[in-house]
Amino acid sequence: MINSPAELEHLRQEILSRRDPDKARISVCAGAGCLATGAGKVIAAFDAELEKQGLKGEVHVKSTGCPGFCERGPVVVIDPEETCYLQVTPKDVPAIVSKTIKEKKVIDRLLYADATTKEKVVRESDIPFYKHQERNIIGNNIKIDPKCIDDYLALGGYSALAKVLFQMTSGQVVEEVKKSKLRGRGGGGFPTGIKWEAARNAPGDAKYVIVNADEGDPGAFMDRAVLEGNPHSILEGLIIGAYAIGAHEGYVYVRQEYPLALENVSIAIRQAEEYGILGSNILGSGFDFTVTVHRGAGAFVCGEETALLLSLEGRPGEPRSRPPYPATKGLWGKPTNINNVETWANVPLIINKGADWFTQFGTERSKGTKIFSLVGKIKNTGLVEVPMGVTLRDIIYKIGDGIPGGKKFKAVQTGGPAGGCIPEEHLDIAVDFDELTKAGAMMGSGGMIVMDEDTCMVDVARYFLNFLAQESCGKCSPCREGVKQMHRILADITEGRGKEGDIELLEDLAMSTGSASLCALGRSAPNPVLSTIRHFRHEYEAHIREKRCPSFSCKELLSYYIDPEACGACLLCLKRCTSEAISGGRDQIHVIDQAKCNKCGTCFDICPARYGAVMRLSAEPVPGPIPEELRIVVKRKEAKKEAQREAT
Amino acid sequence: MPSPEAQETEIGIMDTGTIEQIIDKHQCEASSLIQILLDIQNELHWLPWEALEMVSEKLQVPMSRIQHTATFYKAFSLVPKGRHEINVCMGTACHVRGAPRVLEVIENITGIRPGETDPDMKFSLDTVNCLGCCALGPVMEIDEEHLGKLVPNKAADLLKNYE
Repeated sequence: MINSPAELEHLRQEILSRRDPDKARISVCAGAGCLATGAGKVIAAFDAELEKQGLKGEVHVKSTGCPGFCERGPVVVIDPEETCYLQVTPKDVPAIVSKTIKEKKVIDRLLYADATTKEKVVRESDIPFYKHQERNIIGNNIKIDPKCIDDYLALGGYSALAKVLFQMTSGQVVEEVKKSKLRGRGGGGFPTGIKWEAARNAPGDAKYVIVNADEGDPGAFMDRAVLEGNPHSILEGLIIGAYAIGAHEGYVYVRQEYPLALENVSIAIRQAEEYGILGSNILGSGFDFTVTVHRGAGAFVCGEETALLLSLEGRPGEPRSRPPYPATKGLWGKPTNINNVETWANVPLIINKGADWFTQFGTERSKGTKIFSLVGKIKNTGLVEVPMGVTLRDIIYKIGDGIPGGKKFKAVQTGGPAGGCIPEEHLDIAVDFDELTKAGAMMGSGGMIVMDEDTCMVDVARYFLNFLAQESCGKCSPCREGVKQMHRILADITEGRGKEGDIELLEDLAMSTGSASLCALGRSAPNPVLSTIRHFRHEYEAHIREKRCPSFSCKELLSYYIDPEACGACLLCLKRCTSEAISGGRDQIHVIDQAKCNKCGTCFDICPARYGAVMRLSAEPVPGPIPEELRIVVKRKEAKKEAQREAT
Repeated sequence: MPSPEAQETEIGIMDTGTIEQIIDKHQCEASSLIQILLDIQNELHWLPWEALEMVSEKLQVPMSRIQHTATFYKAFSLVPKGRHEINVCMGTACHVRGAPRVLEVIENITGIRPGETDPDMKFSLDTVNCLGCCALGPVMEIDEEHLGKLVPNKAADLLKNYE
């Protein structure tokens, strides 16, 4: 039990004195992304190999949180040199131990190689993916074993809490957060300090603070990475917030789909209690505060704060109208302050380094950094933390390294299911709360999904409306019915049943759903529809008027056809066809039976580039199969010889 | 869909004990209803009717509210699950990378649609909205193992590994 700030500092020094900064340390990302690519086996291999090579106890292997470079996982960083190895497998481990740990030699093949210059990069922070970021929050993940509170303390953890409890009044804390101009990272972008002040000033003896970790946007996982990778930073922010508004009980609401986040935050709470950082008389200050973890049960709408509160009370999460806001009437009818994971993670930084430090990052009205999850048709999938105001182009091309497979960029979707799509011509806008909204999208929680020429924008709108229709709680009819009808029209368009007037009808429905719905889910549901109509109206028109999908994506408007002139009869597509729709044989031209074809596209993907025989047709009749007797392929070499003979 | 007989299977004595323990762990608090149902779901992989009745009785919460809750949240299943649970990620990143084509092939092979279990109780199929490993997309999870970078025929081959 730590009973004073001095004792906390003493413990910190003791932890640091036990650690030799010059000694070799191996950090392996054990975030959910890297674990899925086999990080667990790599960690086990390191443990076994170190023992085998007599280094057990000498070299520490640390399972850390996610540093963000998911594309090249499992990620291994070896300190003190900060050597970064990517896509490490267990069979690389013996060499890493004998060469890099023992002989201090770098293994070239495991390093990052620049795609164009082929130059190798040794240090993690020099890799272009990281170099263009400002990693105030996520940067600590690779330095911390999230299951070990001492790691967080070694980095100065809980010093902001000590400062608040012993040197600041609750009013001063609120003022500092207000001065930082921190805005909510969960999507709303509401000024955090003002929210805190409202809860602080609300009358009532019992108050609550809540971490909203119900990160439900598909394609967004930054909150999970922070909660999994650095849970104590969230707890520290939460305790500071509790002190500022006068709450003695808090909740962390985590979706149950994040088992590792649940585990790590639960361990963190237990460890903080053991150290006297949570519970009664925290650090000897006389302030009491306890935290409980609550699992969400799979409902997207529970990310909305009034729905989340009902869910915490054990009820179905159906939003209610505001006001009253949770700041005055929240959990069990008491004043409650709810902030997103990333918002809480910013708080200790603001307290320790000051509001002035924080406001140096960002734009006039959006301060600080923001973590985005950059996914989809992008070379470097991962989490990127950048100062507000960076352009979309920089994020996609400098950090994300552009679009894979030589394809053309089409749009980037930001803001989750209720966000919008931004086309090429707007890529130079500065990313902040207001600019994204102006472009017809929104910041949301930070999902950034990149789409290329093969992505159909009508299908994207249909996808999001399908998602929202499923997740609509059904309480208010504008959302329940409006979203469903918009989805139905979009499905008709993508399946070839679109008709003149559908676009106008969609715009009409979008207007009424958006203005009449009860909560943010319904109010922002029109965004995917309106933003795609605004920027990609020609795609809607092609579907409706010509029954043509310009991206060759909508299956009902698409046929696959093998060009008999080009087919090399290589048997590849025939063998891999998932619906046994291709007939043919060795030296026999392959033919797709259109009635059997399920349009999975395997044949198109797999046909060797030297033939390029499989064609996608949309709004074009499929030529009939060539007669059986003409299906013999004359092998190219023979054909060439034949041609040469004729020429001579 | 599983056969009606399967759905009506009574829960065993062991399950009754497990359910009682779960409810006691949460001190019979009505506000813990979701947490209790999640624990039962994790233990039994579904919520049998008898289990819901036990919860209703012990928590003094009407059955109507329990059903409202159990059908509102997607984590709960009111039908038994097959031996292997397939979750196909339909998150946005997986969607643009071709998850619908993968799902369709899996539907064709297993003969079931999301939310269903085949008559042999071999597979249960579900879609999820994001597994959060977008670098692996399209990705699915079978019995909690992540299988990534899927294309339709790779997914079809992978299913052959399950008995």
